[in-house]
Amino acid sequence: MSFALLRTLGPYLRRYRRRYVLGFSILVLNVAVFSSIPYILKLAIDGLSHGISVGSLAELAGLLVLAVLARGLFTYWQRLILITTSRDLEFDLRNDLLWHLEKLSQSFFQRFRTGDLMARSTNDLSAVRNMLGPGIMYSANAIVQFVVVLAILLNLDARLTLIAFLPAPVIILSVQWFGKRIHDRFEKIQAMFSSLATRVEENLTGLRVVRAFTREPEEAAAFDRLNQDYIQRNLRLVRLSGTFTPLLQTLLGVAFVLVLWFGGRAVLARQITLGGFVAFNAYMVQMSFPMIAMGWVINLVQRGTASLERLQQIFRSQPDIADGPRTDSSIASISGQISFRHLSFAYPAADGSAGPTILRDLDLDIPSGKTVAFVGRTGAGKSTLMSLVPRFYDVPEGMLLVDGHPAPRIPVELLRRSIGYVPQESFLFSDTLRANIAFGVPDATEEQIVAAADAAGLGADVAAFPQGYDAKIGERGLTLSGGQKQRTALARALLRDPRILILDDSLSSVDTLTEERILEGLSAFAQGRTTLIVSHRISTIRNADWIVVLQAGGIAEQGTHTELIGKGGLYAELYEQQLLQEELAAV
Amino acid sequence: MSSAQQEEEVLGKAYDGRLMRRLLGYVGGYWPQILLATLAALFGSITQVAGPYLNKVVIDRYLDPSHVQGSGSFFSAWLPANAYRGLADIAVLYLFLLVAGFGLDFIQTYTMQWVGQHSMFDLRRDLFQHLQRLQVEFFDRNPVGRLVTRITNDVETINDMISNALVAFFDDSFVLLLIIVVMFRANWVLALIALSVTPLIALGTMFFRRAVRDSYRRVRLAVARINTFLQEHISGIALVQAFNREEHAFAEFREINHQHRHAWTDAVFAYAVYYPAVEILSTCAIAMILWFGGLRVLDHTLTIGIVVMFIQYSQRFFRPIQDLSDKYNTLQSAMAGSERIFRLLDTPATLTSPAAPAVVAEGVGRIEFDHVWFAYQGEHWVLKDLSFSVQPGATLAIVGHTGAGKTTITSLLLRFYDVQRGRILVNGVDIREWDLTTLRRRFAVVLQDPHLTSGTIADNVRMGKPGLSDADLWRALEQADLADYVRSLPDGIHSVLRERGAGLSTGQKQLLSFARALAPNPPFLILDEATSSVDTETELKIRHALDTMVTGRTSIIIAHRLSTIQRADLILVLHKGVLREQGTHQELLREHGIYWRLYRLQYRGQAAGGNVAVPAVQNTAE
Repeated sequence: MSFALLRTLGPYLRRYRRRYVLGFSILVLNVAVFSSIPYILKLAIDGLSHGISVGSLAELAGLLVLAVLARGLFTYWQRLILITTSRDLEFDLRNDLLWHLEKLSQSFFQRFRTGDLMARSTNDLSAVRNMLGPGIMYSANAIVQFVVVLAILLNLDARLTLIAFLPAPVIILSVQWFGKRIHDRFEKIQAMFSSLATRVEENLTGLRVVRAFTREPEEAAAFDRLNQDYIQRNLRLVRLSGTFTPLLQTLLGVAFVLVLWFGGRAVLARQITLGGFVAFNAYMVQMSFPMIAMGWVINLVQRGTASLERLQQIFRSQPDIADGPRTDSSIASISGQISFRHLSFAYPAADGSAGPTILRDLDLDIPSGKTVAFVGRTGAGKSTLMSLVPRFYDVPEGMLLVDGHPAPRIPVELLRRSIGYVPQESFLFSDTLRANIAFGVPDATEEQIVAAADAAGLGADVAAFPQGYDAKIGERGLTLSGGQKQRTALARALLRDPRILILDDSLSSVDTLTEERILEGLSAFAQGRTTLIVSHRISTIRNADWIVVLQAGGIAEQGTHTELIGKGGLYAELYEQQLLQEELAAV
Repeated sequence: MSSAQQEEEVLGKAYDGRLMRRLLGYVGGYWPQILLATLAALFGSITQVAGPYLNKVVIDRYLDPSHVQGSGSFFSAWLPANAYRGLADIAVLYLFLLVAGFGLDFIQTYTMQWVGQHSMFDLRRDLFQHLQRLQVEFFDRNPVGRLVTRITNDVETINDMISNALVAFFDDSFVLLLIIVVMFRANWVLALIALSVTPLIALGTMFFRRAVRDSYRRVRLAVARINTFLQEHISGIALVQAFNREEHAFAEFREINHQHRHAWTDAVFAYAVYYPAVEILSTCAIAMILWFGGLRVLDHTLTIGIVVMFIQYSQRFFRPIQDLSDKYNTLQSAMAGSERIFRLLDTPATLTSPAAPAVVAEGVGRIEFDHVWFAYQGEHWVLKDLSFSVQPGATLAIVGHTGAGKTTITSLLLRFYDVQRGRILVNGVDIREWDLTTLRRRFAVVLQDPHLTSGTIADNVRMGKPGLSDADLWRALEQADLADYVRSLPDGIHSVLRERGAGLSTGQKQLLSFARALAPNPPFLILDEATSSVDTETELKIRHALDTMVTGRTSIIIAHRLSTIQRADLILVLHKGVLREQGTHQELLREHGIYWRLYRLQYRGQAAGGNVAVPAVQNTAE
């Protein structure tokens, strides 16, 4: 384990230092008591072979029970303390991980896929816990027991001890060797298992093509090959694991054969007593576990450190959009005036370099309190532009100004608090409708929630739900329609009473009439607030104060509805197409 | 994820005779292997039990012969009188047994795993082939994810049962039985004493399993909640940040995380109690053996060797019991898994070839829809009383606004679904009387989503007819105007496509799907034009390829291109499932009806300046 990794865990381990000390003390006591049990047997057998009083026999039997009771108590404590501590450590680590993730900016989440982050915060975290909990406990147990028993056995008969322990290094090494390989093969099989699943999924999603081309036999043959491959790989693992378990048994058995043979000779030579011989056997049984555990622990630590390294990659990432020395903390409120000055933007690519340019040299001034609509074809850069305002990505100072302040100088929390953002994809959380609406204002009153829902045109829908605002959303609860989801997302933004409202094509799933009605209802709310609307429906935005037509990352046209229609350009074309569509739908 | 997970987790009984018999049907063919494994387990158990017995023999015969009366054990007669030689003989015998045990154990594990894996293979194959036969309609009702689970995880539970539970069952029972027999033969009173704690241990194990199962259930629930939370908050991180929700979300997560930790405490407690409890009970048994056995040794009615043997067996007796109780859950999930698997296998394939398919003349023929009514569900008619016919070699274009039912026509013609009323005739024969494979092979099919497979370009073009020669393949690529491009690739037709043809442009994917459809040279063409726009050069290639494709074929094209429509012999205008207008382009324009509006909406731009090229770079974040 590298020093740097240990340093990361240091603070966590220190936090539970006292528990670890207590746990290890109990562990030592535990081993001491445990090691006395074969010795009691030795005394009893020696007594039996040389004559012993019934009273002494009863005493020894009683002592045995007492010893195991004490051992039971210690084991209980030890497990409770050490394993619970590892769970507490896991708890801390996981909390810290989420807290850190929450602060990281969007560019980080572009580099790491959700699935990858999920894997790190679940599998890797539990590998680290395994190292810190069972790993530490079993290795401490094994080492202490090894030392204590070895001392006793050396005292009983040094030569026999050395002989009996001949297989020990082989056992430890083979556990470690096989353990690693079995784990590797197992991982490969898991990967193969998912490719098997992917194959089936591909076949079923491409069902119509498969049928149309009468590909069923070939598909079945291809699946057979994969299927065959999968079981062969499994059998390869079985050859390994099927060798490993019996091998372990045999190696342990060899130790017993050695004790039987050389111990027997020692008894005959009167070097040890019969009781010593029996105790030797019993001690070897006790030693089986530490020997296996040693090899196993080595693997736990190897996996744990690899996982810790992967967690480190997250912890080392610094949040790049956060308040810092540039932040102007004298900015206490936002009024809502937005300026884009020669704004160009490209998403950072996975390797850190800049990707293709999405926005180029865009100039626009939006006075506070005005409603500005953005239209344009898919890929014109509308959503990207919207996502820059709440600083999901930062642009060089001077390209984006809010109230005349360069965006990177405004405290992040203040800026975001002043914005009601309704994204294109109305992402809701598996929680109650109420909690989803109050997402940005956790202490909102019932009246405020209802008012926001009504303003978003959701009120009537909620009234129809049996559980009203307490209805659970998500797979186990209510399935909302696309339009209902969007209106919930809208209510969520309205409840924040924002200075700037951003609607990123956020009503696309409701029908045109409803969208118009909602936007009409919103106009009272929007009074005095800066509103940015992206929409594909021109009919719904024609009343905006200003309309900007984006094309290929730049402004193609701008003006009021009437002006733009008069120009007969892209906007007019889009508008006419929409009228036709509505006409067709009505036929 | 949680609701589906819970549904999948419903466990019924651990044993169901009917299911078990069907499962055995899959395993039954491998009876020689199972027999071999059972024999290996039987002999293997002897080697596992031998150690303490040999210890007893050594002690009683050589180390402490003073307490022995009579002949002792059954093979004492063969043992040499010399103690040193005797010890060596027994040690060698022990070693031999260990090595034999190693071999037997391996044989047993490997054989049963082999059986498990091969049964799994058979089951997976059957499931997959059954899915290939089931009608398309079945897949509209059953989410793909669930079907994938049937074929992957559910089958795995059965493998678990065969290769782990079954093995353990034989192995552990033999070991237990053998120990009991040896103990009772040695001394039945001591045997009863040694076994006296067994009921307590069995009971304790049962309680423990229940406690742990309960705790694990809560742990799984907590883990599912953690995963859901992480999934949602990582993919929705922008919202969390936009709504300044970080601290609140953290508090929420802390609570869930706490529940997870709490769910574990019961399991930790159960383990912390159970392990010592078993140890205390088994050591109590040893103390009793020491006491009762010791008294008899002092009476000279028992040997020390037997007492030692009992002590050693007491230490080995309880692992198999714990092991066996472990397998109960395995059996339970296997039953639940097989129930779901067999339910799927029992779903009948309702849309199949007739028993005696009509023999239909080859060659270019007629296609006719005769008063066709169709609904995917109940009375929600997607096509209403649709009638039309396409003459041999003619091209029919079908146009209409979204939701007109155009794509459904493709699905019906290829018999993905059967019509509810009316009939569809190809070459004058109702398609329900055709052999299904023959029918589909007569069509060159281009669907909207090309759905290319991973593999080489050649693999993709050969999709419709695996045996095609390279010459046929090049001919198809030539006709699809893709040959020049393929030739320019370093690996030519053997160039490997990434997943779903990633790396090809949209237009190239379309052309490739043309080549794929053309390669077997079938007499009918059905083409659902992709709506996505392509650059002008590709557009020209597509037009050119289309020209080649319709020549000499009876073609039905769901058209989105003005050029395609203009070339058709007849245009059908479908609106909301009803045939509203038909005629040629010029005739339809003159009607000033739906077609006229569609034309102005969708096609006029194409007529004016060629196809308007939309910027190729599409921003992923939008």
